[in-house]
Amino acid sequence: MGRDPADGRGDRDGTRLRPEPPARLRRVPRNRLRRVPGTRLRPVLRRLGTGAVVLWAAATAAYLALLAAPGDTVDSIVGDGADSPQIRAQVVAEWGLDRPEVVQYLDYLWRLAHGDLGRSYLLQRPVAEVVGDQLLPTLKLALAAAVLGVALALLASAGTAGSRRPWLRRVTSTTELVLVSTPPFLIGIVLLSLLSFRFGLFPVAGDRGFAALVLPAVTLALPIAGLLGQVLRDGLDRALDEPFVVTARSRGLHERAVLVRHALRHALLPAVTLAGWLFGVLLGGSVIVEQVFGRPGLGQVTLTAVTGKDMPVVLAVVVLSAAGYVLVSTAADLAYLLIDPRLRRS
Amino acid sequence: MSLLVDGTSAAPTGAPGQPGVLAAPVVAGTRRGRTTSGRRTRIRPGLVAAGGFLAVVLLAVLWPAALTDVDPLAADPFAVLRPPDGAHWFGTDHLGRDVFARVVYGARHSLAIGLAATGLAVTAGVLLGLLAGLAHRIADEALSRTFDALSAFPMLLLALLFVAVAGPGTASLIVAIGIATLPHYARVARAQTLLVRRAGYVRQAVAFGSSRFRLVLRHVLPNVVGPVPVLAVIGLGEAILVASGLSFLGMGPQPPSPEWGAMLSEARNYLRVAWWGAILPGVAVTLTVVSLTVLGRHLQRRFDGRDG
Repeated sequence: MGRDPADGRGDRDGTRLRPEPPARLRRVPRNRLRRVPGTRLRPVLRRLGTGAVVLWAAATAAYLALLAAPGDTVDSIVGDGADSPQIRAQVVAEWGLDRPEVVQYLDYLWRLAHGDLGRSYLLQRPVAEVVGDQLLPTLKLALAAAVLGVALALLASAGTAGSRRPWLRRVTSTTELVLVSTPPFLIGIVLLSLLSFRFGLFPVAGDRGFAALVLPAVTLALPIAGLLGQVLRDGLDRALDEPFVVTARSRGLHERAVLVRHALRHALLPAVTLAGWLFGVLLGGSVIVEQVFGRPGLGQVTLTAVTGKDMPVVLAVVVLSAAGYVLVSTAADLAYLLIDPRLRRS
Repeated sequence: MSLLVDGTSAAPTGAPGQPGVLAAPVVAGTRRGRTTSGRRTRIRPGLVAAGGFLAVVLLAVLWPAALTDVDPLAADPFAVLRPPDGAHWFGTDHLGRDVFARVVYGARHSLAIGLAATGLAVTAGVLLGLLAGLAHRIADEALSRTFDALSAFPMLLLALLFVAVAGPGTASLIVAIGIATLPHYARVARAQTLLVRRAGYVRQAVAFGSSRFRLVLRHVLPNVVGPVPVLAVIGLGEAILVASGLSFLGMGPQPPSPEWGAMLSEARNYLRVAWWGAILPGVAVTLTVVSLTVLGRHLQRRFDGRDG
């Protein structure tokens, strides 16, 4: 962001009389010298570096939050169990709590870098195990919801883009607005009370079988479909105003082919940037959806850890989600570079 | 408010934080050419409905007794889980409390949390964004990366982390949501600052020898703040949505406070026999958020139209 050549850094003090030429012009000869490796690699490396910094910042912030938490760590570990000065001393020695805070922090970072997430205060098990056990159900739910949400958004936007059938368009965009504005737990509860309690079509709770996945996935997918649909239709509308669409139409292409083959590609570009957002919604939404439908998963682990002040688990979830976000959005940005050659050149 | 003003979504380095960041371009781009062509004088039924509903919500916040004379906390063991009828418009819950009265009084909790959180996010966000936009390159980079790191967390998770540290309750909910939504406003303020800083009137003020403090306060800040109120209206809806989600999870006001999300969570256990206790408070959240979004988008369109 600070790298934007248009942000006016060059002449902040007003001493320079002649403005510098735009960065694009300046860089031309150098680019020509070592064209392929330099231009391709630099944005990639920069993106990866930013990702690493964000990850470190997230881990540090979470650790600081842990330090700032009121209450004694020893208290949390001892919990309701037997308590005596000896046991306390043992806990302090075992968890290394007598070391200076800086050392503890560096140790934490060092372990984190090696994939060691620590041990749960409450369960007395490695956090990696606790989280790993519950990863699969959440992953299943998130994947199903993502696929369903994207498919619905594509259908809704492609079906209503352009100026055809204005009433259908209005109905769809109103539905999308309502879906985006509805708390996910309300969607879940409405679905539950209609389809499970009234008609008995789906199981009320649990994680067994495909039928148990349907309602949670739909609940999670609907808000995603709402927002993605809005973005995609907006992109499609814009793309349909472009000259290349006129060209395609004048070549006699069917309107559907114009939409799918030409306009949709353009509309997908801004949607790809949403990948990081999508990840966040899936993760945050799964906390609520798992609660509504009584499903096991990461959301339940998080909730139990938060209410029980099981800080290592909370920390692990936070760091893992930040890592997932960085991974997904970096991949999306790199995909962006691959898809759109214009970005590679500038 | 285009994608470019945000400064993040357009570049490949961008981290689109919350849906709110994205709500802006969706609106700005939609049929811009068509909305400005003489439609402005037409009465929009959607806008009127949204405004009317918000007026009712506001009345419920300021003077709930005007809408109902029933005590939201009064339990009646002889009228448990009654379906909606003339006496109890929205029915009664598992303790025999009137659901309509609870929804009316709940507006105060839900809206207060949303307003306070948004106020906090706007104030801190604008100040930090201003600082980032004016600061030295290194400080700017550090602040911008902090915003990135903040928005790298799913909003709900960030709030949960905060609640884990500070404990559940209204105050921690407000701070949690405030911090989680802050990067959005900070980014906008930073991008605006970078624009405003180069403007002619700022240079002129420099030439006239304005002090640095006066310069920022009189010339930069007022022009940076411009687009923020409109964003805040949409952001308010989002904050209410997240707040209801968190109190649904039991992180917000504790029972028996009639908060919408918390009511839903309580009534969930009786869903099989009494849908009204769970669905109707949720509908109140949805309608409020939809109304705020409609209003915010309308303001955004007008704002964009005036500024070109």
